[in-house]
Amino acid sequence: MAATADSFYLRTVPAQRLPPPPARAGAIGWLRANLLSSPGNIALTAICVVSVCWVVPQLLRFFLLDAVWSGHDREACLASPVNPEPGACWAFVRVWLNYFIYGFYPIGERWRVDLFFLALAFGIVWLAWLAAPRRDIGAFYFFIVLPILSFVLLSGVPMFGLSQVSTSLWGGILVTIVVATVGIVVSLPLGILLALGRRSEIAVVRLCSVTFIEFVRGVPLITVLFMASVMLPLFVPERFAPDKLLRALIGVALFASAYMAEVVRGGLAAVPRGQYEAARALGLPYWRMMALVVLPQALRVTLPNIVNTFIGLFKDTTLVFVVGIFDFLRTIEAARADPHWATPVTSVTGYVFAAMFYFACCYGMSRYARSVETRLARAQRR
Amino acid sequence: MGDKPSARLIVGASGARLLLKGLVMKRFARALGFAMGLAILLGFGTQAASSQTLKAVQDRGQLICGANGTLAGFGLPDPQGNWTGFDVDFCRAIAAAIFNDPTKVKFVPLTAANRFTALQSGEVDVLARNTTWTMSRDTSLGIDFAAVNYYDGQGFMVRKSLKVNSALELNDAAVCVQQGTTTELNLADYFRSNNMSLKTVTFATADEAVKAYDSSRCDSYTTDSSALYGERLRLADPGAHIVLPEIISKEPLSPAVRQGDDTWEDIVRWVHHAMINAEELGVNQKNVDDMLKSSAPDIRRLLGVEGQFGEPLGLSNDWAYRIIKAVGNYGESFERNVGQGSPLKIARGLNALWTKGGLQYGLPVR
Repeated sequence: MAATADSFYLRTVPAQRLPPPPARAGAIGWLRANLLSSPGNIALTAICVVSVCWVVPQLLRFFLLDAVWSGHDREACLASPVNPEPGACWAFVRVWLNYFIYGFYPIGERWRVDLFFLALAFGIVWLAWLAAPRRDIGAFYFFIVLPILSFVLLSGVPMFGLSQVSTSLWGGILVTIVVATVGIVVSLPLGILLALGRRSEIAVVRLCSVTFIEFVRGVPLITVLFMASVMLPLFVPERFAPDKLLRALIGVALFASAYMAEVVRGGLAAVPRGQYEAARALGLPYWRMMALVVLPQALRVTLPNIVNTFIGLFKDTTLVFVVGIFDFLRTIEAARADPHWATPVTSVTGYVFAAMFYFACCYGMSRYARSVETRLARAQRR
Repeated sequence: MGDKPSARLIVGASGARLLLKGLVMKRFARALGFAMGLAILLGFGTQAASSQTLKAVQDRGQLICGANGTLAGFGLPDPQGNWTGFDVDFCRAIAAAIFNDPTKVKFVPLTAANRFTALQSGEVDVLARNTTWTMSRDTSLGIDFAAVNYYDGQGFMVRKSLKVNSALELNDAAVCVQQGTTTELNLADYFRSNNMSLKTVTFATADEAVKAYDSSRCDSYTTDSSALYGERLRLADPGAHIVLPEIISKEPLSPAVRQGDDTWEDIVRWVHHAMINAEELGVNQKNVDDMLKSSAPDIRRLLGVEGQFGEPLGLSNDWAYRIIKAVGNYGESFERNVGQGSPLKIARGLNALWTKGGLQYGLPVR
């Protein structure tokens, strides 16, 4: 107690905590720090605010407020006393939506496509959701069961009571999804193999990989598809010519693999030499070294590039139209030519709808990749 | 047409060698066909000429028809995924003549670039994709054109407010046109040969050109007249624009078949003429059953009541009846797809019957 008496200069109550200077706190502080920190920034902010105020109301007006949501034909989307300046013609998309999704797929059999979408979504969630149970079965399902199931469902096997549906009837989102999925699923393992081949010490393997990669990367995809559709039929009798969609699938998959190989090679080069040597020193054979030590590190480094390639591939699927396949974008092209719906806003609406679809898919992939990156980065933080 | 230069490009790019290869194969196939034909002739004496393509189609149970897929009025799916259009109807007519069932057709959408290869290689049996019949195509591609089923040509669209009634009054006009097409060349030729001065405003795509015309950057927009009517619907106020009567280029559109199967070519040609003849004779989808009882010899021959005109083609004698029952006559198909029964509202013009000032002339069935 004596100490208390002696140390009279000590405070017994904590000093009152002062608020931070008003200029740095709260919304105003944030504004000052981020938007108005310098004359240059102030000018930029002003320009942005003005353009946002100018663009956003117009977009809102066009796509929502003045948009036409229902109707039977072009009359609905034409200027009228009620709606003198009609916005987007969503009624057109509504009427044509089934065609955009299924293409020419027979109406009575479209449940099969729905089932395929469901099965695919199920597989993707199972694999992508990290907390999902038994992801090893998920992988088995996705890589073995799903392809077979999809083929049976979409192409049809008369034995199971599913009538055959020729791929020439497939179209719309169905084709886009099939081509993109096959491309993505085939290109990653094939790309890894090619990348390993390119760094291999066996000359033949290296030569083959380099030749393939350089040849495929050196030619535009559209040329390959074009060759497949224009030249192949001249050399191969029609009866033996592979299915059109199959040609496109092979072309796209090989293409994506070549690009993927280079991406993976970049990742392999980033793994320090010491890692290889350490793995060797532990007595790991080549494949186990790659699978357990090198590839996990290489793929982590290069994950953003891999996803970048996937996104590019997803959008490249629109090129299959040169083979005469009606992918999603092509179905919109066809629909906007329909004289029953021809209005000044029809094409814009169709293209915006396409943009929304592609954006949703690509942004979804991108977000997922980000979350995986953050998870993997945790290992580095220790 | 906008797609012509690319077609030409392909012929150029894929090279003479490729064509040669196609032709050599074609020639070989023809020689083979000739040999087989000879054998059949020797074997059966008076057997009617038979068509390999027809046989293939019959064995397959359906006709495979190369169509456009994105051209309003000619070949376009509807929201349910059914094919519609003038060229599509033509293929359905062929199917009706062969199978008595217009639905037994598989349509293959083709681009301007791959349409001829698709026909040459046998991927399609007949190409009905708004294809202009030109000499070079007819003579060098190993294909034959059957009959002009649509006389198209380049036309002009102007604002009504301009009070112009003829393309000859377009002196000094600014004309919107798609770049690098034969349309652009025809336009320059036309103005030069009529001693008029011209301001062309060119655009990379037809869409841009139409937009520019709609926003009054030009006085007139020019492209093939069949497409003009479709483009007009895209304008903010379609009623304020007219298509001028002048047609300044020849674009005879015709279905095409592979060279070397003459009977098949005959079938395709006579399907067209059956539809024209039906219109000339006043036979249509509704009255065709009553017309079977008609006493007019022309009608009786056309509908197969008299004579045996289907047999030499390898068809049944009521082949024309089947066509008209399933698809209708030429005029009906025209009006339904591109004419007054459709949003396009294209006037018959050159495609009217010869008796009504047009060019469509049905060859006699006798």
